[in-house]
Amino acid sequence: MGDPLFNNGFDLGVVLIVLVKSLIGFTFVMVGVIFMIWFERKVIADMQNRIGPNRAGPFGLLQTLADGIKLIFKEDLRPDRADPLVFRLAPYLSVAPAFLTFCIVPIGGVFTSGQDGSVHLFGHTTYLQVADPPIGVLFLLAMSSIGVYGVMLAGWSSGSKYPLLGAVRASAQMVSYEAALGLSVVTVILMTGSLSTHDIVATQAGRFLDWNLVTTAVVPFVIFSIAACAELNRPPFDLVEAEQELVGGFHTEYSSIRFGMFYLAEFMNTITMSAIIVTLFLGGPSGPVLFGPQQIWPLVWFTLKLLGFLFGFVWLRATLPRFRYDQLMDLGWKGLIPASLVWLILVAVIRVGNDQDWPRVVGPLVGLGVAGAVFLLLLGALRTSATRRHDEAEVGS
Amino acid sequence: MDYVVFGIAAVACLVGALGVILASNPVHSALSLVGTLFGIAILFVEEGAHFLAAVQVVVYAGAIVVLFLFVIMLLGVDKAEALEAEPLGGQRPAAAVVAAGSLVLVILLGIRAAEVSNGAKAVGGALNGPGANVAKLGRALFTDYVFAFEITSVLLVIAVVGAVVLARRPDRDEIEITETEAAE
Repeated sequence: MGDPLFNNGFDLGVVLIVLVKSLIGFTFVMVGVIFMIWFERKVIADMQNRIGPNRAGPFGLLQTLADGIKLIFKEDLRPDRADPLVFRLAPYLSVAPAFLTFCIVPIGGVFTSGQDGSVHLFGHTTYLQVADPPIGVLFLLAMSSIGVYGVMLAGWSSGSKYPLLGAVRASAQMVSYEAALGLSVVTVILMTGSLSTHDIVATQAGRFLDWNLVTTAVVPFVIFSIAACAELNRPPFDLVEAEQELVGGFHTEYSSIRFGMFYLAEFMNTITMSAIIVTLFLGGPSGPVLFGPQQIWPLVWFTLKLLGFLFGFVWLRATLPRFRYDQLMDLGWKGLIPASLVWLILVAVIRVGNDQDWPRVVGPLVGLGVAGAVFLLLLGALRTSATRRHDEAEVGS
Repeated sequence: MDYVVFGIAAVACLVGALGVILASNPVHSALSLVGTLFGIAILFVEEGAHFLAAVQVVVYAGAIVVLFLFVIMLLGVDKAEALEAEPLGGQRPAAAVVAAGSLVLVILLGIRAAEVSNGAKAVGGALNGPGANVAKLGRALFTDYVFAFEITSVLLVIAVVGAVVLARRPDRDEIEITETEAAE
């Protein structure tokens, strides 16, 4: 239970290891963000037959650094009607949860052949993740609900209408999709029997068939990915910024490094969410050891999977048009939440079947029956509400 | 170590609580409330009640205060309140009396009935000891206290349905709506 680092009490070494791990995690994310911004611009440019950034450094690699320096030296504007305290607080409220969530992601460690993914450092044993709280996944949900504050307060405190509209849209969207996000995580927790991210990765170690992608049968993974994309406010769910309608959304009034921090938080969140998807569904750092030292390969696999997801998000951005607001709400409330509920019930019944030693076919069959019944009920409810709304519209017109 | 954590969390709680009542802008009050809730979450973690801490943040800070903020923003009451105006006469003396009474009650509980207020006799006492506390909490909720749990969830559903019925303001015959609502 928990990180073995704390098993033998506290001393200076433990404190140092914790500090070093936090520092490494922070650097990993920050450097990741710098390259992610470059990567996104380059890939999008390729997909749109442009060249993309190519001036600063080889292949334009230093472009982000140059932009960052520029943002720091720009003048910091604050609108006259802004709330000074909250206006300054909001950017930090968006960056902090983005980084804190990354802390629970195991980025390496060997989990196969009896090892539990721990490494030995200076006479201490520890996991390759900044923290392993026993409530792991709940921490993710807690942080994503705190992330709403940054956006919401930024929009409100600007004292201007477009940011406020953007903020209201953003918080409605994030609160709605959090439900689908949570419900699809529950299936993973059912398969693992633990909330800790370390345990979730440990049960997926070894074969590909042990990955939660397979054991929960893809559906929760798809729902989680869509909901995560919406939580990130990335295209096609970027109604929050929607430059054609809202100028720039919640950060319209922000300039210089305060704007930079929102930008940073957005990309940090993208990396963190991809890392979380890899952890929950794709076995985290698990993968075959091809040659050389055993400890290197988990890190390599983790990074490769992460890159795959980041590319996927960029691809989505280049391909899909933005949702309309009512389509967004329909997809969230009438599509994803019922789907994740039905799937949760199916997985739960199969799980009970396994625990109670039901015959092999009975569990899935009963599960399908119950889930089907729930599905029909939900479908009936949706139909009823749709027809009634239709009737009301006719009566009203 | 425990004292340091307790000290930090207690300071966060108290500063937040003072902010809630002293800030003249409702949004600042709501934010101070978030500070208090975080302080309480830290206290829960410090006591080993990780699940409660997470729920505290997810439910209270993540949902309820966000709803407060929604209402404040949408209703446009985010201006500083005029503190001189008193909507109900005698509200302030009554508040002072209730606050003083509550304080005395809490202190009395702490001194005279420590075994009640420190939770030694509480149901939660059974959750102590080794092992994952989420698993034990789940087991307790879904075995021994399953009726209370389910009844609470039914209560919440009723509250939601009631809120929807009240908020819809039907322009058709009201009785007809109530009947169809009941049929569902």
